[in-house]
Amino acid sequence: MASKNDPFQFQEFDEAGTLLESNRDAVTISIDDEDLKSKRQRSAVGFAQDVGDEEPLISEDREELLSGKNKNAPFWTFEYYQKFFDIETHHVRERILGSLVPWPGKNFIQVHLRKNPDLYGPFWICTTLVFAIAISGNLSTFLRYFGNSNYKYTAEFGKVSIAATAIFSYAWLVPLGLWGLLLWRSNKILNLVSYSFMEIVCVYGYSLAVYIPAVVLWIPHVEWLRWLSIVVALCLSSSVLVMTFWPALRDDHPKVIIATVAGIVLLNGLLAVGCKMYFFSEAKLGPGHVSPPAAIITNGTSS
Amino acid sequence: MASVEEASRPFAGLSDVSISEEIPVEGDIAVPVGPSTRDDEFSTLDEPVKETIVRDLRAVGNKFIHVLYPKRSSALLRDWDLWGPLLLCVTLALLLQGGAADKDDQGGPQFAEVFVIIWFGSIVITLNSKLLGGTISFFQSLCVLGYCIMPLTVALIVCRIVLLSSSGKVSFAVRLGVVTASFGWSTFASTAFLADSHLTNRKALVVYPVFLFYFVIGWMILTFSSGN
Repeated sequence: MASKNDPFQFQEFDEAGTLLESNRDAVTISIDDEDLKSKRQRSAVGFAQDVGDEEPLISEDREELLSGKNKNAPFWTFEYYQKFFDIETHHVRERILGSLVPWPGKNFIQVHLRKNPDLYGPFWICTTLVFAIAISGNLSTFLRYFGNSNYKYTAEFGKVSIAATAIFSYAWLVPLGLWGLLLWRSNKILNLVSYSFMEIVCVYGYSLAVYIPAVVLWIPHVEWLRWLSIVVALCLSSSVLVMTFWPALRDDHPKVIIATVAGIVLLNGLLAVGCKMYFFSEAKLGPGHVSPPAAIITNGTSS
Repeated sequence: MASVEEASRPFAGLSDVSISEEIPVEGDIAVPVGPSTRDDEFSTLDEPVKETIVRDLRAVGNKFIHVLYPKRSSALLRDWDLWGPLLLCVTLALLLQGGAADKDDQGGPQFAEVFVIIWFGSIVITLNSKLLGGTISFFQSLCVLGYCIMPLTVALIVCRIVLLSSSGKVSFAVRLGVVTASFGWSTFASTAFLADSHLTNRKALVVYPVFLFYFVIGWMILTFSSGN
């Protein structure tokens, strides 16, 4: 039937059944696609029709291919993590600024993350904080005993690993706990807002950014300055976190709200004060050294 | 009408999709193989050992020179090798021993700590660069980061020499200047190679970890104080 007409002219084909009746030994192909099964009768007639119906089915794949993100990659492949690094310099800058200056009413996740949580910010902010704490602690002990001949300067590298453990566990375990808590509460109470685990990790990571300048301020051995910077940093950081989680907790039982908010602020404060106590405490000299007042006394008694 | 029939004749067999067995399918596929192009690349198994070693040393030395004058050349990227980074890492770790704190338990970096910081740091920076969509390969990036430690190693040698003579405020100022200059040089040299492989709006994201890495190494060098 097709050969009678001009082969270059577009033509309509009849139903598959009628074609088969005329030409019994023609090769037939049947496409067993579950999505298209219901449309097989309709789409047997040429391609000019029903293009619009197929759009929603293939648009998802096309979107995935165009955006370069494979949302279905298993978590042990490289591509899975690549979609968390899909940001640019100005995004990171905006997010850091947004965590430093919390605006009442502006939810960090909704305003800055916008369904695109990244792992770059949290990871490098935590790493910078670890090294900032270690270096500042070192500098502060050095400056305290500067010019004191009894003090031999040591670069304490064991502190880096301890700082790293503390900060990275805060940045990963607390979001895990909070996410679990929100998941548990969302089963009991219908929440309008729900956050994914990566978004919570992202918020926590960026909220630690305010501690980096605070840690630098701890170098000079001025107690009131240290406590002032801790309080300010704690306020800024906690307010970012509380404002972010308020929409998710607001519909809940008052006791749960208070407990969760108190928990967030408390853990934050614990991290800050703990770091100050451990890294910036007095006279962290080695076992072979004598502390200055005792040295003076022994010198005094021996002479 | 006639032309239509003529035109339709080449397509006459198309309505019958099955391939009939009367149409033979046969032919020749011949690829002209010329003389072997690898004739001049004789097997390196036969050459004397000295030549092999000297050739590798020359390649490593060539890359050191490229780090000294970081132009936009691709020699570091094209033939990467990890000998140079290993040599520099071991030199750095050895020179950082023998510090004042070596006699105590905690104190200066142990050999293993320096090694781990340098290699683990390089791997993390390379992973970061690849996750941000860099076109440079894993080992090329390790090679570049390792070779660019060279200015810092030179600074450490200078610092140790300065510390041999005096250890007062003047020597501290001199050491600070030398370490700062070499840290800047290292960062500049490595970004000249690494930053090109990324989009313009992500360059700062790639450069910052490199900056942090060399800053930490520079800090380790600066805080090195020799024992008495």
